[in-house]
Amino acid sequence: MTSDIDRTAGPKGSPSAGPEAIKAIPVRHYGRYVTAVIAIAILVAIIYAFGQGKINWHAVPDYFFDHRILTGVYKTLLLTVLSMLIGIVGGIILAVMRLSKNPVTSSIAWFYIWFFRGTPVLVQLFLWFNLGLVFEYVNLGPIYKNYWSDFMTPLLTALLGLGLNEAAYMAEICRAGLLAVDEGQSEAAHALGMSYGRTLRRIVIPQAMRVIVPPTGNEVINMLKTTSLVAAVQYPELFRYAQDIGQNSGAPVEMYFLAAAWYLIMTSVLSVGQYYIERYYARGSSRALPPTPWQKVRAHLTTFSSRKVTA
Amino acid sequence: MTDKPGKTDAVPRDRSTAMVKAEGVHKSFGPLEVLKGIDLEVRSGEVFCLIGPSGSGKSTFLRCINHLEKINAGRLYVDGELVGYRQQGDKLYELRDREVALKRRDIGMVFQRFNLFPHMTALENVIEAPVQVKKQNKAEARERARQLLDRVGLADKADSYPSQLSGGQQQRVAIARALAMDPKLMLFDEPTSALDPELVGDVLDVMRDLAESGMTMVVVTHEMGFAREVGDSLVFMDGGVVVESGHPREVLTNPQHERTQSFLSKVL
Repeated sequence: MTSDIDRTAGPKGSPSAGPEAIKAIPVRHYGRYVTAVIAIAILVAIIYAFGQGKINWHAVPDYFFDHRILTGVYKTLLLTVLSMLIGIVGGIILAVMRLSKNPVTSSIAWFYIWFFRGTPVLVQLFLWFNLGLVFEYVNLGPIYKNYWSDFMTPLLTALLGLGLNEAAYMAEICRAGLLAVDEGQSEAAHALGMSYGRTLRRIVIPQAMRVIVPPTGNEVINMLKTTSLVAAVQYPELFRYAQDIGQNSGAPVEMYFLAAAWYLIMTSVLSVGQYYIERYYARGSSRALPPTPWQKVRAHLTTFSSRKVTA
Repeated sequence: MTDKPGKTDAVPRDRSTAMVKAEGVHKSFGPLEVLKGIDLEVRSGEVFCLIGPSGSGKSTFLRCINHLEKINAGRLYVDGELVGYRQQGDKLYELRDREVALKRRDIGMVFQRFNLFPHMTALENVIEAPVQVKKQNKAEARERARQLLDRVGLADKADSYPSQLSGGQQQRVAIARALAMDPKLMLFDEPTSALDPELVGDVLDVMRDLAESGMTMVVVTHEMGFAREVGDSLVFMDGGVVVESGHPREVLTNPQHERTQSFLSKVL
């Protein structure tokens, strides 16, 4: 900020035509320096405390790229992506059903959301896992027939449990997004002869995405962490592998730290992705595009350095 | 007034046929009766102006013409066909959404608040319906869209997003968007009411040009100057009924009805 003012100041001594550019001493924020020092002190104290503890830190780098951990990371990501896909597609369908004029479809959507939002996801996972007690066979006539227990693999159980639960939450997010689009938009589309479905697909949903994406980013990150529950239905992912290694290598707590580090890395990468998706759907918006993470970092660096220069 | 240059030879239409015909049209929103029996006729090729105080039902009537609003009683015809219904014998059948959409293709509409699609550029706005609805070839649609944007004086704004355009420019893009469907009837719902005064002229120029090309236009407006110069017929509505109608120059300069007189004394 201050550097801008300096730059616009005219050359010294030359009489400028307009009023003189403002040259003021910027407000000093002493509080910032104080809080920064305190925060750093606390951080150092915490790191020191953990370094002192009876934790064998060497175990973390030793197993950080262990092939079991990497398999776990891959499976966690796979599960996150696939369940979110089910969640988003299901959520959009449910939201459209909820908002439909058809009382049957809107009631069905309401009931679905009521059930899947009202029961814990862990309970739902166990339900899917044990549904073989109700349905002995999966019988699609000549196409496919099998025992439920063979059909319902751990991966499928995990996907259904997480994905269908997520769809209920996504439905409410999508509904909010669809309602946020100005009614004049669908009127204009209808007046051009566009059908209900095409209006939704081409006009309403692309605009609703601006509202839908930020909370969906939240949901993705939540989902990534919730995948650690599926160990309960025998599908091994990052958390399960970390636990297993911990028990065999005699470093159980260390492996929790390792898992936490991997979860942090994954959520960080996902948040970066969210920035770019938001930028894509912000096209045509009158407001400036949100800066990319890299632009943000650069902006902070320049303001920091300019503050030093003027201080 | 009737001998507008180029109007008669541009589109050789039989001006005796009715493009829009309303017989006792009623419309209520819940207990509120907005239209209390509208009878009028818009002939093919004419510019038909609807004026009246706000809340008089003129915009609602306009929206009934392309079935954005459903009428409760009476009959409304566009180009000889019933709007929103199909008559077989003495029974009326509601049209399916798909059939309604098919009929709307032929009726262009321009809104007070423009309603351009903000996530598309001006050009994309114009080609959207031809490509998506009429399945036109994309390159051809683009070519035609450029011509239309040129016609409304915005050839250089093809790649701008609506948020980068002024209100007047947005409204002209909206007109181009409606024209891209080659409508036989254009509806204008207070097209200049949301504009800054100095931008109104550009939009009216485009509409004047369109009138001269022989387009049938129904215009809800507060621009009395436009109505007098360009209009072929004018209807003054108040309280959901047609109070007075006739040639714009006569109605505007020599109103017969007391309510018309008091309205015009306020706006002129």
